[in-house]
Amino acid sequence: MSQDFRLDNIGMVNRNKKISFTFNGKKYFGYEGDTIASALIANGVHLVGRSFKYHRPRGFFGVGVDEPYAILQLERNNERDPNIRATEQEIFDGLEVKSVNCWPSVNFDIGAINNFLRMFFPAGFYYKTFMWPPSFWYKIYEPFIRMAAGFGEASIKHDKERYEHKYEYCDLLITGSGPSGLASAYAAAKNGARVILAEDKPRYGGSLLTSDVNIGNQTGTEWSEKIITELKSMSNVIVKNRSQVFGYYDHNMLVMSERISDHLPKTQKYLPKQRLWYIRAKEVLISSGSIERPLVFGNNDTPGVMLSSAAKEYMKVYGVLVGKKPLIFTNNDSGYETAIEFKKNGVNPLILDTRKEPSSDIITEAKNLGIEIKYSYVVVAAKGYKKVKSADIAKISENKKDLSNIENIECDCICVSGFWTPSIHLASQSGNKSEFNEKIDAFVPKKSKQKENTIGSANGKFTLEETINEAFDKGYEVSNKITENNNKVSIPTVVEKKSSEHDKFWCVPLPKGKSYKRFLDFQNDVAVTDIELALREGFRSIEHVKRYTTLGMATDQGKTSNLNGLQLVSDIENKVVPQVGHTTFRPPYTPVSIGAIVGREVGKHSKPTRKSPMHEWHKKNNAVFVDAGVWLRPRYYKQGNETLFEASKREAKNVRKNVGVCDVTTLGKIDVKGPDAAEFLNRVYTNAWLKLPVGKARYGVMLREDGIVMDDGTTTRISENHYHMTTTTAQAANVLSHLEYYLQLVWPELNVNVVSTTEQWAGAAIAGPNSRALLMKLFPNTNVSNEDLPFMGYKEADLFGIPAKIYRISFSGELAYEVNVESDYGNFMWEKIIEVGKEFQIQPYGTEALSTLRIEMGHVAGSELDGRTIPHDASLEGLVSKKKDFIGKRSLSRSAFTKPDREKIVGVVPLDKKTSIPEGSYIVKDPKAKLPNPKLGHVSASCWSVEYDNPFSLAIIKDGKNMIGQKLFAMSPLKNKTIPVEIVSSHYVDPEGKRVRA
Amino acid sequence: MLYIFCPHCGSRSQNEFAYGGDATVKRPELNKEISDQEWNNFVYLRKSPRGKHLELWHHISGCRQWIKVERDTSTHEIFKTYKAEELTE
Repeated sequence: MSQDFRLDNIGMVNRNKKISFTFNGKKYFGYEGDTIASALIANGVHLVGRSFKYHRPRGFFGVGVDEPYAILQLERNNERDPNIRATEQEIFDGLEVKSVNCWPSVNFDIGAINNFLRMFFPAGFYYKTFMWPPSFWYKIYEPFIRMAAGFGEASIKHDKERYEHKYEYCDLLITGSGPSGLASAYAAAKNGARVILAEDKPRYGGSLLTSDVNIGNQTGTEWSEKIITELKSMSNVIVKNRSQVFGYYDHNMLVMSERISDHLPKTQKYLPKQRLWYIRAKEVLISSGSIERPLVFGNNDTPGVMLSSAAKEYMKVYGVLVGKKPLIFTNNDSGYETAIEFKKNGVNPLILDTRKEPSSDIITEAKNLGIEIKYSYVVVAAKGYKKVKSADIAKISENKKDLSNIENIECDCICVSGFWTPSIHLASQSGNKSEFNEKIDAFVPKKSKQKENTIGSANGKFTLEETINEAFDKGYEVSNKITENNNKVSIPTVVEKKSSEHDKFWCVPLPKGKSYKRFLDFQNDVAVTDIELALREGFRSIEHVKRYTTLGMATDQGKTSNLNGLQLVSDIENKVVPQVGHTTFRPPYTPVSIGAIVGREVGKHSKPTRKSPMHEWHKKNNAVFVDAGVWLRPRYYKQGNETLFEASKREAKNVRKNVGVCDVTTLGKIDVKGPDAAEFLNRVYTNAWLKLPVGKARYGVMLREDGIVMDDGTTTRISENHYHMTTTTAQAANVLSHLEYYLQLVWPELNVNVVSTTEQWAGAAIAGPNSRALLMKLFPNTNVSNEDLPFMGYKEADLFGIPAKIYRISFSGELAYEVNVESDYGNFMWEKIIEVGKEFQIQPYGTEALSTLRIEMGHVAGSELDGRTIPHDASLEGLVSKKKDFIGKRSLSRSAFTKPDREKIVGVVPLDKKTSIPEGSYIVKDPKAKLPNPKLGHVSASCWSVEYDNPFSLAIIKDGKNMIGQKLFAMSPLKNKTIPVEIVSSHYVDPEGKRVRA
Repeated sequence: MLYIFCPHCGSRSQNEFAYGGDATVKRPELNKEISDQEWNNFVYLRKSPRGKHLELWHHISGCRQWIKVERDTSTHEIFKTYKAEELTE
């Protein structure tokens, strides 16, 4: 197999390792180190896609991040990766890529009809063309446009790849390993600074890989290899390739995406695909280089038209010819380097230089090599549809307005150079307001806002000597601020041939009678006419022009199009570019995969999973778990083929009849200690706390300052200055922050400390009529009689040698106790309870039964205390002290909270005593009322009452206390159910609370 | 991501902190009669200045201390940070 466009004696790919891959189902081969682009070009393939709007044929335009065209979809291991730039993705054995935005194939694309219908797709077409009739938008226009638009398709499958995050700190982060990056990294590293040098390509050296220069008597490539080898060997330096610093955020935090195994055939098991680095740098040197600017002429988007620097890099790095009859179209010396490289490889180029009489060493060299050069010449239009076949060229007048001597010449590629645009994206993201440099017709960074400096060609320094000198100086200066080592290395001498003068010419006028499309933005199909139209329609601000025409948007972010667009706007408006200004550069500089941003925080890893010390026992005993905040809790313990409904009913019934045990470790626990603890609790809770005796618990409700219930729970006075507070599982963290806020900021005079003890205690709730009998066996040496340990009592006791705490509190409404032991003894406690409880028919119960028990008792929980309710709404107004002040009290006198028909909790029973009421149902008076049906309130929680064997729900409804006995309707539009119901008291079971005090 | 100097722990990344709003708000004293308007101002009304702002941050994954941070809301520049007991007039 030979490759028609592969050169034998040049390039850095590994000729000893052939790699085969498929593109659009066809097999190709390349060499290790090739990108998809270089391998396809070597095989003579130039048509790789279709453009965004008009579906015009697309080839390759650049050679790296600047590529606007060759966006492909990668498929491996049955997974898709859209938005892959062919110029960046390295090939590996088995790689499969395909074109996007074309159907049925890239060669024959139905959507190309848009090219002929383009009068219907002018700038902003979606604001005007598809507006009528309005009903067509959802059904016809939008689906059609959506199908036709976009690059690639994301996979809807779970991404099995591994992505990682890493935090790193350094003295100096340098973005880009071109001459300025290498020189500054070297100077700083030698001065003792901790340096990170990031390079987005696989190879280090940037422009040194392709330019014919000398540094310190070595070729550019040799010098860069020497420097990078030395940097890699230094312990204070991290050097990373395939790593794009894509965002500059606040306080000198930069984010870098490292492509670790994107270029490898099969990911090893633990090797991540990509790694996101969060880098906090004391100083940043931006050496991101510059991107060659296109020249604008007719059909300048035809495959085969590409940047001249790209053509050169394909030859020098990949050993690939982009064409055998090249036309070089340039307004500066850069095109000559490409021409010379062609010539050296046996191909005769023709140079069209827009300048009249330029002179420099490199032009002389080109002449001496016998390269044909036409001065004051331009390309008028490229000819050919799927590939350049020829070009109309012409002489251009001195004022650059008139064309003459138009002729057609054969060529198979057109390499353009419209000078260079510094990549100021990172500097701009850091807050640096750029300034326009007239000499280079481009923006450069101005005053640093954060600790950053831009160097090299990113700073508009286009000669190597300036670049190297500036980089060595800056590397030393910046590092010395940090290390103060005063260790300065000497700066090597530099030899370079090209000059940096360029012609300000950038856009070829249309010849008379021709209306060629001249493209500015190649990714978004924005042509000169689109900008002209936008301005005619009155768009002035460059930000508006951008959004209306899509100039500089999408994955490309205007890397190649930005300045030509600005030039055009300023030309039409008779302004200069700096008056027009540029649009905001936003991160990311290049697309970042969502996987890399998410990292390892996927699925179960997105938050910690907390398990109680009894977790293993639950698992062994067929517990079915449920997520409760970050905790895993048993929902029910499955016996045989039981359903959730059957199991929870059995468990709840057993609590009412015998005794059950529930793992309540997850409850938030906070130790409140200090001489002012009572006073503090008195201010935090709505009820009175000053007189709670030692050894007693009390139920409390705390509010936010706006009067809404924040949390509830019991707090027990363990000793004179020591309280044990419990919170709900969900609010534990918020309550602690809340308490700390008041102690540290509002009432610092209170001598109190709070600390979370949630993890320190394992808890078991023992509930049911048999619970005291069980307790007597568990704690034979402790008097647990009703007199000695009454409801809301507390005792410390000995559980088979383990210190335990018994709180007589009840959520289930039964005679109940909560036993706490230190976490490590949790499982021991649990097993003892189960073992001793056998004779009392003990059964463990899960959260589902727990809910049933509390709902039919009318005890409120999170579904009632939902951030909208005040104590009155939850029938907790009895706990609101009238005498003392507390957090949120003043809010309770607001008129909406005191109105007579204020919402209140009630019980709801279906009239047929059979139909369960879906949670979230509305309570209404008339189910047939005109919509929107005025609702009285909503159903907050539903269960199957085990006491009465019928459905029972809690609801919070308007004027609840006067609604009891009324027949209303529960409506669930979601479940399409309307259920006639009766409103009853929320205390459905044991309304006098006799059982808990038994 | 901001880099916040905690006066107790040193410079730490923003993701260790929780934001706590305006640090100049003073809670009305307990048991003091105040008008609806005053209470409303305290509970709900906050200025949203562009520029220097003294605000609270809670070092929630660190020392769990509430601190005061003087920050420019438009540039994110942090001028100085204080312990809870500082700047209390």
